[in-house]
Amino acid sequence: MATRDRPLSPHLQVYRFMYTMALSIAHRITGVALSAGFLVFAWWLTALAIGPAYYDYVAHLLGTPLGLLVLAGFVLAFWYHFCAGLRHLIFDTGRMLEKPDARRSAAFVIVGTLVMTLLSFWAIWELAARNGGAA
Amino acid sequence: MSLRSPLGRVLGQGSAGGSHHWWAQRVGSIALVPLCVWLAMGLFHLPNLSYGAVQAWVAHPVHAVLLLITIAVLAHHSYLGVQVVIEDYVHTKSRKVATMLLVQFLHVLAAGAALFAVLRVSLGGIAPGVAP
Repeated sequence: MATRDRPLSPHLQVYRFMYTMALSIAHRITGVALSAGFLVFAWWLTALAIGPAYYDYVAHLLGTPLGLLVLAGFVLAFWYHFCAGLRHLIFDTGRMLEKPDARRSAAFVIVGTLVMTLLSFWAIWELAARNGGAA
Repeated sequence: MSLRSPLGRVLGQGSAGGSHHWWAQRVGSIALVPLCVWLAMGLFHLPNLSYGAVQAWVAHPVHAVLLLITIAVLAHHSYLGVQVVIEDYVHTKSRKVATMLLVQFLHVLAAGAALFAVLRVSLGGIAPGVAP
């Protein structure tokens, strides 16, 4: 198609890499990943509506090493998208757009993501321990 | 009076409701902050993740209503976000339309299934915590 052969204006390659750029694209990547997570969430709820046998089957699949890895990825992606999303909401009001502010808030996003992710892993670990006792 | 040419309007290209799209995305994200925190806290506070425990939690009227709202807002926010990503990175028109349709259908399917699941569990379509 003709539109694909059109010359492009200078794009990403003309800019020196800043870690704030990585944060920006990571917001999109985690967003798309969480859309897939939404499908899994819907599947899990559907399993709940279908009945105990199918729910246990889905819970078993999600509890396999691969399932847990995917879920852990969703948790990380969720907290990143959550923290970075708050930062973007502040940007949208026109505040904190200066470079020093943007870098400081970027650090907050990374620390916040790590703290909330680790807290969640701990909470899920606790939950799984209780699960093992009950089931 | 519109500043767009009649031809432009007929072709339907250029910005059409872009500010509404942008605003809807933000409204959704603001709503999702408390909703997602509530959902995460609710799940973490369950006695365990067994069928009975999750079923009882979802069946509670307050939880069911908040879950329905969360699912609807989440689906909308997710769809709007993926739509922008497709617009930015998929440049071939046929591929763009196909991806958009697929993404939209998937979101409607997932949202519909999730909403129905919560309604069925909360309105007692299945006996609480026992195998059929």
